[in-house]
Amino acid sequence: MSWIPPLLVAIPLLAAAVTAGLDHITPRPVQDALVVAASAATTAFAFVLLWSTERREVVHWFGGWRPHHGIALGIDFAAGPLAAGMCAVIGLVVTLALLYSLTFLREAARLFDALMLVALAAMCGFAMSGDLFNLFVWLELMGVAAYALTGFQVERLGPVQGAVNFAITNSIGGYLFAVGIALLYARTGALNLAQIGDALSHGSAGGLVIVAMTLLLCGFLVKGAVVPFHLWAADAYAVAPAPVCAVLGGVMTDIGLIGVARLHWAVFAVPFGNGHAVGDVLLWLGIVSALLAGTMAFLQRHLKRMLAYSVVCHIGIMLAGIGLLDSSGLAGAELIFLAHALLTAGLFFVAGILHVDHGLIDELHLRGRARGCWALAAAWFAGTIGLVGTPYAGIYLGHGLIDEGATAIGRPWVPALLWLGSALAGAALFRAGGRIFLGWGDEDDPLLGEAMEEDPLEREVLRPLLVGVALVAVVLGVVVSVVPGLGQRAEYAADRFRDTSGYAARVLRDRPTSPPPSLSISIRHTSLDSLLYGAGATIVALGLAFVGLHRRRLPRAVAAAGGRTLASPIRVLHALHSGVVGDYVTWVAVGTAVTGAAWALLLRG
Amino acid sequence: MSYLPYAVAAWICLVGIAGVATSRNLIHLAICLTVMQSSSYVLLLSVGYVKHGKAPIFKGTKLGTTAVDPVVQALTLTDIVVSVAVIALILGLALDAHRLSGTVDPDRLADISG
Repeated sequence: MSWIPPLLVAIPLLAAAVTAGLDHITPRPVQDALVVAASAATTAFAFVLLWSTERREVVHWFGGWRPHHGIALGIDFAAGPLAAGMCAVIGLVVTLALLYSLTFLREAARLFDALMLVALAAMCGFAMSGDLFNLFVWLELMGVAAYALTGFQVERLGPVQGAVNFAITNSIGGYLFAVGIALLYARTGALNLAQIGDALSHGSAGGLVIVAMTLLLCGFLVKGAVVPFHLWAADAYAVAPAPVCAVLGGVMTDIGLIGVARLHWAVFAVPFGNGHAVGDVLLWLGIVSALLAGTMAFLQRHLKRMLAYSVVCHIGIMLAGIGLLDSSGLAGAELIFLAHALLTAGLFFVAGILHVDHGLIDELHLRGRARGCWALAAAWFAGTIGLVGTPYAGIYLGHGLIDEGATAIGRPWVPALLWLGSALAGAALFRAGGRIFLGWGDEDDPLLGEAMEEDPLEREVLRPLLVGVALVAVVLGVVVSVVPGLGQRAEYAADRFRDTSGYAARVLRDRPTSPPPSLSISIRHTSLDSLLYGAGATIVALGLAFVGLHRRRLPRAVAAAGGRTLASPIRVLHALHSGVVGDYVTWVAVGTAVTGAAWALLLRG
Repeated sequence: MSYLPYAVAAWICLVGIAGVATSRNLIHLAICLTVMQSSSYVLLLSVGYVKHGKAPIFKGTKLGTTAVDPVVQALTLTDIVVSVAVIALILGLALDAHRLSGTVDPDRLADISG
């Protein structure tokens, strides 16, 4: 089965080349069919790959340059169940986004389709790459495609600013990553991840490796929009077309996290594996991201910016799961990724439909306008319930596994903070849903700041198709927690992913992986704590949403006291997200320095 | 082994970041970005440098001839190609920004925030 991994990259890249090259010759329906077929075929092959990785990692050496006596000579793709599963989710979300954009972006040039396919290829290549430098190349390739997609509507200033901020911040992250590669190559003389891990497992790691790790992981955290590297995300998502947002927010941002996990377990787990220094820094970055971004989501009135902060919030939860450094945490992050990718895509699709229907994307302007759109309302509220993690819906199972992991390693306070984060983001989405679909709440709310300039979007769309795609995405996302056997398989995939020596033996010495245990096909049960946390988070989210809708009806003393205490922190938060790229770059530099300093103190002290 | 190339690489990287962070002109900013990335070229080339090493072309040379590391040169080339694509895109966006708003100052472009 080692011929499948290259196909996941080759099919979309070839289709992209054909689409862009034969733009003026082939009729539009043929082009559309080709693009969707290529994306669907990639998804199908990803599922075949997922099936065949159950027994062992599928390794492909390009050009047949296999390792010699345990030394990697060539460049490889190495896919385990986790990487293959990522590719399948990525393929699914991109296919849905392409179906959605068939009529949504009808006037767009063919380059749009080509760029989407290039992004798909780059994300699959990134998920499977077993080579450090190739990770960088895929990272930059998906970056360039995403910058161009964000600034697609260049006739307005907003998209240009969003794309500029996105491109510059992420390029800085990419260049930090490049410097990290050079340092690690200088230390080990290897670029293959398994080989680097092998080389670092002998002798002490030292300061150079800490610096290299800081640069490499922070490079990924910029891509993954983790606080304080997240500032570009809301600007980019606010201005990109809805299907692009679905791909960016659903899968492309999250993919930075698989880079973090891959680098940690393939390379740094052995030299820095004793103790929790590396994991704790990631855990705290995750918790801060979840809480801060959840709060920021609640302070938005622009639907796509709100969803952008909700994405950052869930990225934080996933990063915290990875930072626990155990199988439950990683499995939880996988399941949240799966559910969150589909739900976020679905909500962005709904926001796009509202934008087309009413030419508005602002929560307050849209108040009551979508009364009676039951399909859209159902999709929005179901998606929100899934994203909060109401018991047995959406990201609930992933949350539950992270709870178990945190309790097992003696950090029982972690779940409460993470659940609070998803409750905050969920409250924002509930409030927006209540205002738009039910017409509840006040007409104006000074807490949410000034409205952004609206972009009236007048398009002839095939509305049933758009609604259908949105519903499919939301339904698939909501049922993730109750798919029988999925939780057990996620845990097994996490076990395999964390097996550093097994990965190296399979890649470098072609040793067979031990046969998989027989996994039961039943709904994975969670602890009572998680059940209570899930129910609590839902109640908190609904309560906060209600307060957000009817702030004026609160007793005057409570409202005044709340206003006095909260006004200045809120002003500071808004001011920090300034939209000026120089500030963002400063935050990236400061964040990298602080993260590196923390690791240096914890690992050497 | 000399530490000078490493110090130079670190300096170029920091100067580049400082330039990007304080720039008031998108074209100037793009150049600062290239400066920052040049630090990785300097670093890569100094990592692979061998004293008295020949260029890594082995046709017609004796076995055992000292040569510099060819891998880092390939990496540097790829790095340059990647950055050209990014810089071209940023310069293209700068053109659009100027066409739409008459300025290339990122501070005055701040149309969206919060």
